[in-house]
Amino acid sequence: MPTFNDILIMVPEFYLVAAACVLLLADAFLPANQRGVTLHWASIFVLIAGIYLVVAHQPAGTVTAFNGMFIRDGVAEILKVFALLCTILVFIYARPYLSDRKLLVGEFYTLMIFAVIGVMLLVSAGNLIMVYLGLELLTLSSYALVALNRDSKLSSEAAIKYFVLGALASGMLLYGISMVYGATGTLDLVQLHDAIPHSSMPHLLVFGLIFMIIGIAFKLGAAPFHMWIPDVYQGAPTAVTVFIGSAPKLAAFGMAFRLLAIGMGGYVQHWQPMLAALAVLSLAIGNLVAIVQTNLKRLLAYSTISHMGYLLLGLVNAGPEGYSSAMFYAISYALMSTAAFGVILALSRAGFECEEIDDFKGLNQRSPWMAFMMLLCMFSLAGVPPLFGFFAKLLVLQAAIHAGMMWLAIVGAVFAIIGLYYYLHVVKVMYFDKPVEGTEVRLQPDFTLRIALSLNALVLLVLGVYWGPLLGWCKQAFVG
Amino acid sequence: MIDPQVFQLVCFYAFAAVTVLAALSVVTLRNSVHAVLALVLTFFSTACLWLLAEAEFLAIALIVVYVGAVMVLFLFVVMMLDIDQEQLREGFMKYLPVGLIVAVVMLVEMLCLIGVRAMNAQTMGQNPATAAGVSNTAWLGQALYTQYLLPFEVAALILTVGVVAAVALTLRQRTGVRHQQASEQVAVNARDRVRIVKMAAERPADSQPAPAQETKP
Repeated sequence: MPTFNDILIMVPEFYLVAAACVLLLADAFLPANQRGVTLHWASIFVLIAGIYLVVAHQPAGTVTAFNGMFIRDGVAEILKVFALLCTILVFIYARPYLSDRKLLVGEFYTLMIFAVIGVMLLVSAGNLIMVYLGLELLTLSSYALVALNRDSKLSSEAAIKYFVLGALASGMLLYGISMVYGATGTLDLVQLHDAIPHSSMPHLLVFGLIFMIIGIAFKLGAAPFHMWIPDVYQGAPTAVTVFIGSAPKLAAFGMAFRLLAIGMGGYVQHWQPMLAALAVLSLAIGNLVAIVQTNLKRLLAYSTISHMGYLLLGLVNAGPEGYSSAMFYAISYALMSTAAFGVILALSRAGFECEEIDDFKGLNQRSPWMAFMMLLCMFSLAGVPPLFGFFAKLLVLQAAIHAGMMWLAIVGAVFAIIGLYYYLHVVKVMYFDKPVEGTEVRLQPDFTLRIALSLNALVLLVLGVYWGPLLGWCKQAFVG
Repeated sequence: MIDPQVFQLVCFYAFAAVTVLAALSVVTLRNSVHAVLALVLTFFSTACLWLLAEAEFLAIALIVVYVGAVMVLFLFVVMMLDIDQEQLREGFMKYLPVGLIVAVVMLVEMLCLIGVRAMNAQTMGQNPATAAGVSNTAWLGQALYTQYLLPFEVAALILTVGVVAAVALTLRQRTGVRHQQASEQVAVNARDRVRIVKMAAERPADSQPAPAQETKP
């Protein structure tokens, strides 16, 4: 029977659901002239309070609620904190962009908060049903957010592609779950872990595992299940792309960890090579196709695919070291991609999407600070030494080597060097090309956006030098 | 006499085969009305499978909600999409064979189910409701509100998101649309609508009538 204690464990989630409903009502009843500002700051406040609730009442060790449906542990805590943090940044970056395009509606904030609740439920799932429901909550909100700009053909096309392929992937995942349930008779992840060695139907289990991995790979955007990523990243309003590139990646890592490491932990020998294959394909396709892109959003989309390959390198290790390095990588990627899309948002204005690489020509002469921010993002994404991305890459390569997969680490390193080319190309365009005559650079005047974006990009530098505490936090989550 | 267990198994595979074939025809049939009919058959066969597994409540809910309400609505929409009276009239004969096939398959499935029950075949696998000694519906209700309370609530949340998303994507504030303003109509004053015209009294027919004098009250 559920007790009051169960509710206490889930306070952050319940609080966010209540807050989202209040915001939904506030949107309907506030006078039109106050609506935008009030909802904006209220949503940011709601998420900050959410972070406080997650951190402040974190119990020591692992606790479960609602008959093991919900797990609250260190892994979930870290992922939730960073998912909420990224969403706050998204709110700040998105506002000028959306209000320029008359897209700043209350539903944007509500759907975003519902999506974050989905992320939180997904990373805390202790049951296969909860994995599925958390995922659906997240993706259903994302579909609607991608389609938010109804009058844009590109946006609608992206939403339809995302929806159809996403529904197919969810179906695959559900099919895998049903096979695993059929073979073991349980949906609880911990019980599943214990039941696997005694299962009388190992073949059915492996089939189920394959379908679950397809679902995970789709949500991560790992090749060959990456087809939706470039179209969705490019077609969605940039304010939504910045979200899709951040918090859901943390959620996908959480989902992979819960399903593979906890649920199917007994089948490491089966899923390890599958993940390695996915990693190699993602690294190759992501990095090679990114080279020919001329649209920066599309380039970042292919770069996402390659980064998910690196994240998989960490997961392949299948030990505490691998999981902590993969989580570290997911966090670093979320922060880097938020900052990179943030620069695009800061340089866009009404009627002008600053998303072609040519739009960045000579940015240094016109706005040196923005060019420097973009330089930090690009160097960090490429993995240039003093920055955050470098250390994250080093950790996952190390994890792959310690798992005895030297060849995988070498592949990763080779593709990191290939990837360096297109990141440096953007930097070259900004610093060494002449600005196009007749164009101008106008920075969004929003003060909070400039502050938050500068902090976000500088954090990449700070964490690149002072990574100890964050790594320690990640490692501690996987101890025991 | 056939062994009840064997008959049950044969029924299971038959229902499963019909489900898969009908689902395949949903995506392969070119005619959308035929596809909807195939979808009805898919749902119905799934319900039969669930009845075979003694999940009565789910099976009935599937029939009532999906076949009874959603699919009929679906069929209406598909048929209304291309409103052409001529086509509709000839459509009846065109769709009759497929409709009949679906109906006959459904009837056979129902008869098989009754047959399985009449033979008192043993249950396929464990049934928690039988083990607990309560009806399927009672067990399901208890499980939903105790063990599966959290997923149940999250599913409700997903439906909320569905509503919010549908409104966000379809609600348009149109300008220049002539609405009937009921509140203004009710609040209207008689003075604004009725004009009282003061006239001199009528004279006998032989003389000219006096010009009307208009006064506003």
